[in-house]
Amino acid sequence: MLQVKNINVYYDNIHALSDVSFEVKQGEIVTLIGANGAGKTTTLKSVSGVIKPKSGEIHFKQQPIVNTPSHQLLPLGMAHVPEGRRVFSRMTVEENLELGAYIVKNKVQIKEDKEKMFDQFPRLKERRKQLAGTMSGGEQQMLAIARALMSRPELILMDEPSMGLAPVLVQEIFKIIERINKSGMTVLLVEQNANMALQIAHRAYVLETGKVVLSGEGKQLLEDDGVRKAYLGA
Amino acid sequence: MDYGTLFIQQIINGLHLGSIYALIALGYTMVYGIVRLINFAHGEIIMVGAYTSYIMMNVFGVNIVVALIAAVIVCSIFGVTIEKIAYKPLRNAPKMWALITAIGVSFFLQSTVMVIFGVNAIPYPTLFSDLIQVGSLQISQIMIVSLALALALMLSLELFIKKTRLGKAMRASSEDAEAAALMGISVDKTISTAFMIGSALAAIGGVLFAVAYPQIKPLMGVMPGLKAFIAAVLGGIGVIPGAMLGGFILGLIESLTKGFVSAFWPNATLWADAILFSVLIIVLLLKPSGILGKNVREKV
Ligand SMILES: Nc1ncnc2c1ncn2[C@@H]1O[C@H](COP(=O)(O)OP(=O)(O)OP(=O)(O)O)[C@@H](O)[C@H]1O
Ligand SMILES: [Mg+2]
Repeated sequence: MLQVKNINVYYDNIHALSDVSFEVKQGEIVTLIGANGAGKTTTLKSVSGVIKPKSGEIHFKQQPIVNTPSHQLLPLGMAHVPEGRRVFSRMTVEENLELGAYIVKNKVQIKEDKEKMFDQFPRLKERRKQLAGTMSGGEQQMLAIARALMSRPELILMDEPSMGLAPVLVQEIFKIIERINKSGMTVLLVEQNANMALQIAHRAYVLETGKVVLSGEGKQLLEDDGVRKAYLGA
Repeated sequence: MDYGTLFIQQIINGLHLGSIYALIALGYTMVYGIVRLINFAHGEIIMVGAYTSYIMMNVFGVNIVVALIAAVIVCSIFGVTIEKIAYKPLRNAPKMWALITAIGVSFFLQSTVMVIFGVNAIPYPTLFSDLIQVGSLQISQIMIVSLALALALMLSLELFIKKTRLGKAMRASSEDAEAAALMGISVDKTISTAFMIGSALAAIGGVLFAVAYPQIKPLMGVMPGLKAFIAAVLGGIGVIPGAMLGGFILGLIESLTKGFVSAFWPNATLWADAILFSVLIIVLLLKPSGILGKNVREKV
């Protein structure tokens, strides 16, 4: 579904990604793990067109997308839940969901999907008229995920959805991700919580200072000594 | 005229002037809200609108309504084109570059009009000048027309921004352009829309201004533009109701100092603009984000 080949990204003179390659197949949960500043966010932003890599190729459903601006990727079926949630804080929960369905022309579908989100995320239903900025971090994260689902994407990119959340909520978020995946969506997940991410991921890539240093099945990396030392605190 | 009547008369005049400032201020605030740019060429759009309506009436002999529509169309095209040619290439450049470019565009438009029409003021047709006498108050038709038109436009704009899909996209882009793009919103399109609506409102402001003070000249957009900018900052730049409120406050202060305070203190008229700027400074000292402004959270 997604192929990334040898992408290089620079911020001024910082070489943030060097020859990063990876692949996400239909139906998978693939996770990218790595320490702060490893280049995880940069990788996701390159995929979703927020940043344009200096070199390399990205294919989504066999189409080259390196030069596609980010607002044209959602219609192709790729949604991105950005780092730090980035909900529209001065708009209501409901308006945020409607913006998630901005590209959807069918009003009936939007209405149905909104109700579906309220079923899946009851906390959002109670707060539908509340300004998103006044909600708790966990609620905002739910909203950010629900908003991304509103366009019915085939691939969803998530950047540290568990960041800053209490352990109970972290559990809940990972359950949601598994549920989304079971419903047929492919997931590319960036996480610092390597333990949880590797447990639910089919495959994983480890990023270190802008390079992919290791890859394999999720369960297999959980057992890997290097990964355990570096990321699982074992 | 007793002081009470004078006061009320100046309130009415102030609302009239304020409605024009408010219309112009909306353009500054909408553009700033999305691109964080003070479009200093906005004042010149007022002038282009006034000249367009003048040409339409005097050369093509159309009535004021058609002339106004023509001014709206011409100014919308100007606004969108200026953005595409002058500002868009600088979108990721330091803000100062775009600001200097805006001043350059402003001089360019002024000079072009000077070359074509000369530097002198041209008399504008007298319109809606009938006075309506209410007790001892005098209200001219143009006051009513301006105020009604401005209020109707502001209400429509508010509905557009709040309720429509494009309006919501504009609010989203103004809050977080990157996240808006991830929703499939073309930020280029919302920016063009902001320039288009802002310029259309400035065109209407320009025509109303020319009808109120019936003459046009190449520098006619400078002062109203500057005052509308102050109005936008006063109300809270980037906040649409703020621009409206700021416009009316400015109009009221200006006409009360010129027409009422001057009854006690003859020099007040000379000081009117200084008083306006002082109000701006005081408000910004007390509340830097403007009256309705939200305290700005720096973007990460
Ligand atoms: N806008 C930017 N300008 C300059 N350098 C940047 C920018 N964004 C990221 N970087 C640098 O690029 C590198 C990779 O950053 P990135 O945000 O991709 O890391 P990350 O793996 O997502 O980290 P975290 O886990 O902290 O979110 C870092 O060294 C960072 O300082
Ligand atoms: Mg990151």
